Amino acid sequence: MNVESLTQSSGEWLRGTGPESDIVISSRIRLARNLAAFPFSNRASMHQKAEVEAHFRDRLGKLDFSPRLDYLTIAGLSPLDRQLLVERQLISRELSTSEGPRGLAVVAPETMSIMVNEEDHLRLQVIRSGFALDEAWSDIDRLDDALEQKLNYAFSEEFGYLTACPTNVGTGMRSSVMLHLPALVLTKQIEKVFRALQKINLAVRGLYGEGSRASGDFYQISNQVTLGKSEVSILTEIREVIPQIITYERQARATLTRESRQALHDRVSRAFGTLQSATMMTSEETMDLLSSVRLGVNLGLIEDITIPTVNELFIQTQPAHLQKLVGSPLDGEERNSARARYLRTKLREVRHNLN
Amino acid sequence: MRCQYCENPATVHLTDIVNGVKKESHLCQECAEKQQIIKHQELNLSAILQTVIGQHVGPMTDELARLTCPACGIKYMEFKAGGRLGCPHDYKVFQEALEPLLQRIHRANRHVGKVPPRAVEHANQLADLMELRQQLRRAVEAEAYEEAARLRDLIRQKEGTDER
Repeated sequence: MNVESLTQSSGEWLRGTGPESDIVISSRIRLARNLAAFPFSNRASMHQKAEVEAHFRDRLGKLDFSPRLDYLTIAGLSPLDRQLLVERQLISRELSTSEGPRGLAVVAPETMSIMVNEEDHLRLQVIRSGFALDEAWSDIDRLDDALEQKLNYAFSEEFGYLTACPTNVGTGMRSSVMLHLPALVLTKQIEKVFRALQKINLAVRGLYGEGSRASGDFYQISNQVTLGKSEVSILTEIREVIPQIITYERQARATLTRESRQALHDRVSRAFGTLQSATMMTSEETMDLLSSVRLGVNLGLIEDITIPTVNELFIQTQPAHLQKLVGSPLDGEERNSARARYLRTKLREVRHNLN
Repeated sequence: MRCQYCENPATVHLTDIVNGVKKESHLCQECAEKQQIIKHQELNLSAILQTVIGQHVGPMTDELARLTCPACGIKYMEFKAGGRLGCPHDYKVFQEALEPLLQRIHRANRHVGKVPPRAVEHANQLADLMELRQQLRRAVEAEAYEEAARLRDLIRQKEGTDER
């Protein structure tokens, strides 16, 4: 696999299918694993990191697992390609910008991947479109078992899977569901939802994880506790709370349609119109406008574009994706102009095909 | 206040203290992102974690302050300052201090989830390897290089046999 081939599609998690996919974008599970015989990454020398990587790659080649995982060395990639992988949620910012031997093993449709030499030696990830935590768990559990056949994990009976940071120890599992909640934002109820989630120890983050603000009204809800609960009970807690949030979002959408249909229709139409005619467009504005359009499509207010297309626009207008599409590096201003041009062309195509 | 890189209003304010020298930066959101100050924000998260770690581990006893992992060489002090452990063995070495911390973070201090199929085999091998690494460290310190080379080869050999 090469990075170029990734730009051809919008990636598994933005496919726009799966259960409850009007609100639930994707379900993701991550497992932190370390090799018993090596110090954690933050204390490993470059030489030891190289050993971890070589050892992992050797065992990856002998792995009894299907689909096959391909390996990319991060150090061998250009900054733009690394940024692209971050935008696709295949690697973290930390892995993209840190130094030394590190890499990514990934299957072709990007549903499964393993980061090597991040904060932990291995970070397994499975991502699925829509609300599909159980399927994601069964995939990652199987991958984990296959790896464990070939690798000596750092594990203790008392503390479970041992991780560099004590906040991940135990199951080493972070499971998260990404939701699109524009109506809860518009009706200013989103803070209330956050407070309720924090009370039951679930974390809320923006699209690109820690520290990122929730642009495009995307929110990731994930577990914080990793010790003292089984994987199944952690997943159950999240699985039980998500339908409630979906219900609140649907109620907020119903209220908006009932009480301020005209204002909503206007907002959605303006957003769609701006995307089709603007000549300069920042990433942030694009996200906000696309969020309104996505809401409009889901409420039947816009009929000439589909959810998978809107999802594709979300990812393709991210800075690295855009530069890949254009084929040359662009500074901020040039990007804004190229982004607006891409949106105009793409939306014209879409409308043309429908008529 | 204006951003030091462009004319936009500065919304990100940073104070770095490196070797006792204070350096202030004022940037707008866009320049902050360009300059990868975002990375600094992530560092702030670990600062928050450190505060938690600092507060809830309680006052350090002299004994705890001197505690050093024989396998990776990290001192308990260093973990407390950085928020990251040095190697899997630290969970044993610092167990007494870690348990209250884990209780605070997770409201539990025992794992009840998945157990890897080869766990028992692992545990024995892990202990063996840690012991060998400890011996290796001592041998190097004592400048017993022949012994160190023998131990190194033994460790490599054992690491190589982790495959079924």
